[in-house]
Amino acid sequence: MKMILKRCCAIKLLLALLLLTSVAGCASIEPWVKPYERAELADPIMAFGRHPVALQHSAHVRDSREAAKGADGSGGGGCGCN
Amino acid sequence: MAEAVVAVTKHGLLLLLGLLLSSQAIAAVLPDNRVDLMQHSYQGGGVSIDGPALMLRTKIGQQVSVSGFYYVDTVSGASIDVVATASAYSETRIESRLGLDYLTGNSILSFNYAQSDEDDYNAKSLSLGIAHDTFGGMTTLSLNAAIGDDDIGRNGDEGFSEQLRRYSYSLGITQVLTKRWISALNAEVDMEQGFLNNPYRSVRYRDPLADLGYGYQFEVYPNTRNSFALGLVNKFYLPYRAALTASLRHYQDSWDIRAFDAELEYVHPWGERWVFDSHIRWYQQGQASFYADLFDFASQQNFMARDKELSDFTNLNIGLGASYRFSSWSWWPAAKPELNLEWDHIRFDYNNFRNVTVAGAEAGNEPLYQLTANVYRVFFSVYF
Repeated sequence: MKMILKRCCAIKLLLALLLLTSVAGCASIEPWVKPYERAELADPIMAFGRHPVALQHSAHVRDSREAAKGADGSGGGGCGCN
Repeated sequence: MAEAVVAVTKHGLLLLLGLLLSSQAIAAVLPDNRVDLMQHSYQGGGVSIDGPALMLRTKIGQQVSVSGFYYVDTVSGASIDVVATASAYSETRIESRLGLDYLTGNSILSFNYAQSDEDDYNAKSLSLGIAHDTFGGMTTLSLNAAIGDDDIGRNGDEGFSEQLRRYSYSLGITQVLTKRWISALNAEVDMEQGFLNNPYRSVRYRDPLADLGYGYQFEVYPNTRNSFALGLVNKFYLPYRAALTASLRHYQDSWDIRAFDAELEYVHPWGERWVFDSHIRWYQQGQASFYADLFDFASQQNFMARDKELSDFTNLNIGLGASYRFSSWSWWPAAKPELNLEWDHIRFDYNNFRNVTVAGAEAGNEPLYQLTANVYRVFFSVYF
């Protein structure tokens, strides 16, 4: 029993350490693709859903004939390219 | 159970909303102004569906963008389900959508209303979403919630009236990974409660006294369906001016349907005016736990379905598209007109849905059903 408790405590400590190191790691991460480096991502050929009207039709054709639905395309927004 | 899921999801959404609104600010951008006029067509499996569509999106000031969508489906012909149990029909479906996007700092709030009307089916839905740019504009977090109400009737049966309530929640992250690579991960939970059957479709069961060896009765579905979908999209800008998109999606639901699809798209501009597009998509799904092509006897189970959309099948879709950008008009120099053509060819292979229209086959030993469909879209777009 003691052994199990010790193992649980050790796992918790390890998880806490991992969490702390990952948070500390996150704090030091800087955006690595600068806005002036996003010209290619901002090209219209890279847009999610280049033609919304066609995308609506295509999604309707699929949704009517397949059981699966949802989670397709981008979740809104874009590449952060101004 | 569904209420518990809704409660947990609501708390999660509020927490995420708080996190989204408290993040650091980098300006988001509203979608571009454009108008699209489209004619669409689907031909396959004995059915023809076509009609026009119109979409308009325009900014009002610096912070608001409004959109409208009007779409018509005119259905004619007879699918295999209709050939087997009823007569050919024609009907029209009209769908309209109104949307409003509000830009505030680094976030875009979206409101959308959609309505679909048919003789025997009316659906309304309302959705609210937020997309938030953060991490130096490299990350976009998005959150959407939607609610829908459907009224279902049955032509020729005035006494038939059923309802369906739909809830949908989705969460997404779009991440710039390199100067040429952007990725989007999306998760969606859908919950439906009410009448989920197709009111016209039937199951077939063995009946030694019937001429064909089987008879028909109406389908019976559960009145709840909860589903989860997870999708990953990766877009790459190639070393020359072209884009490659790879998409994967997993789906599962409380009816034991598991589905998976994968798609590859290649976009290649040609000169100043042309953009060519090609894609290939593969889709696979397993059948619902209460699906059977041929039941052993009438009312064999409490839930029974023979809807081929709930059966085990695969489909393969190949598609081509081309866009041509015209010169600007002298009377509207800011406008960029463009003509687009798209074609998709889809082949469906059903693994447990038999073609009962084949004469002389023994019940349960008919050939498996297959169908091919061609989908066309022609649309004229003006960016302004």
